[in-house]
Amino acid sequence: MIPSLFDYKRASSAAEAISLVTEYGEDAKFLAGGHSLLPLMKLRLAAPSVLVDIGRLKDLSYITDAGSYIAIGALTRHMDVETSSVVKKHVPLLACAAGHVGDPQVRHRGTIGGSIAHADSASDLPATTLALGATYVVQGASGTREIAATDFYKGFLESALRPDEMLTEIRVPKMNGAGWSFQKFNRRAQDWAIVGVAAWRGNGGSGVALVNMGSTPVLATDVATALASGASVADAAELAAAQADPQSDLNASAEYRTHLAKVLVRRALEEASK
Amino acid sequence: MKISVTVNGQTHESDVEPRTLLVQYVREDLGLTGTNIGCDTSSCGACSLHLDGEAVKSCTILAVQADGSKVTTIEGLATDGKMHPMQEAFMQNHGLQCGFCTPGMVMAAIGLLNENPNPTEDEVRIGLEGNLCRCTGYHNIVQSILACAKGGN
Repeated sequence: MIPSLFDYKRASSAAEAISLVTEYGEDAKFLAGGHSLLPLMKLRLAAPSVLVDIGRLKDLSYITDAGSYIAIGALTRHMDVETSSVVKKHVPLLACAAGHVGDPQVRHRGTIGGSIAHADSASDLPATTLALGATYVVQGASGTREIAATDFYKGFLESALRPDEMLTEIRVPKMNGAGWSFQKFNRRAQDWAIVGVAAWRGNGGSGVALVNMGSTPVLATDVATALASGASVADAAELAAAQADPQSDLNASAEYRTHLAKVLVRRALEEASK
Repeated sequence: MKISVTVNGQTHESDVEPRTLLVQYVREDLGLTGTNIGCDTSSCGACSLHLDGEAVKSCTILAVQADGSKVTTIEGLATDGKMHPMQEAFMQNHGLQCGFCTPGMVMAAIGLLNENPNPTEDEVRIGLEGNLCRCTGYHNIVQSILACAKGGN
């Protein structure tokens, strides 16, 4: 399968990339690792007329300890997030989730920023960074702004990014030793989760987010609220799908997904509460 | 678009359409048909080759993305007519049946040992999650890789 025709532009800086997409407008797409976009283009589900390749912007590939949070450049590859000693120490839930993306070959190419900007609710990292209370830094023609993960996901493959904006950094608050768990239920190796759960608990708080339980990743705040008011893990987990709107597909019915979410949230919270 | 890619040690200057996939480039432009196209959706791993030393799926990479890079395909593993130790291990342990997945398996396996030289059997199985064998011949594939690791290769 071959993508339809497009013009290829290679950016040598973030500023040049943004000026290129500004020039070409909504027909242009950024190409980072390409492991979400190229499959869509090969299936002709996406047909941008211009690809702006940002894959060589090495200055956007970094992992930095910024005090209260870990700053990750948008072009940092999944494999580098998964194996980073800084990420493993301060945000182990994210390192674990990054190791569940695709397979080793995919993780050598795919980037954290690409995955988040693609905003697929079935992907592991949008939900995981949502659970962790991350902030995304985006750069556009009119400057830089920060978007909380809670305000970022707007619909199916739709985010708060404007056409001329590029995600440049992901800021993930340190977990400070909180317990955590990542649960991914799938039937085939390397596949997307039928349902996934990213959860942490400790230091007087908790965060639970769901993978593939609707058109956007879902932050299950009802679960966290119940835990905060003293509910047991089992009782809180019953609320797992209360804010979700899961779809039925070939893998699972909506009812089955709802059931799975409750089971996986319970398992996740039990593990995170150890 | 003009690109320069060093494949199996030889630098090629080529003019490709931007939509040319890396797997298409090595197979059709360079005639290196050892790298197979299987699922064509980055699931099966038959198209695995090494890009700057790491195993990747060449059906999901544009040739223009490999501009300036080093590529190694299955054809580039043998030296002076002698098979790579991983190829030898696959032969000795009967790590193949129909052979279709084998080039991708071998490239993924070498990548795996580069990152984890002494894997457990579980680590080998998990490390191969991106490669499918349609004959379901996984047992001997895993044994081949463990044998290669044990041999210090």
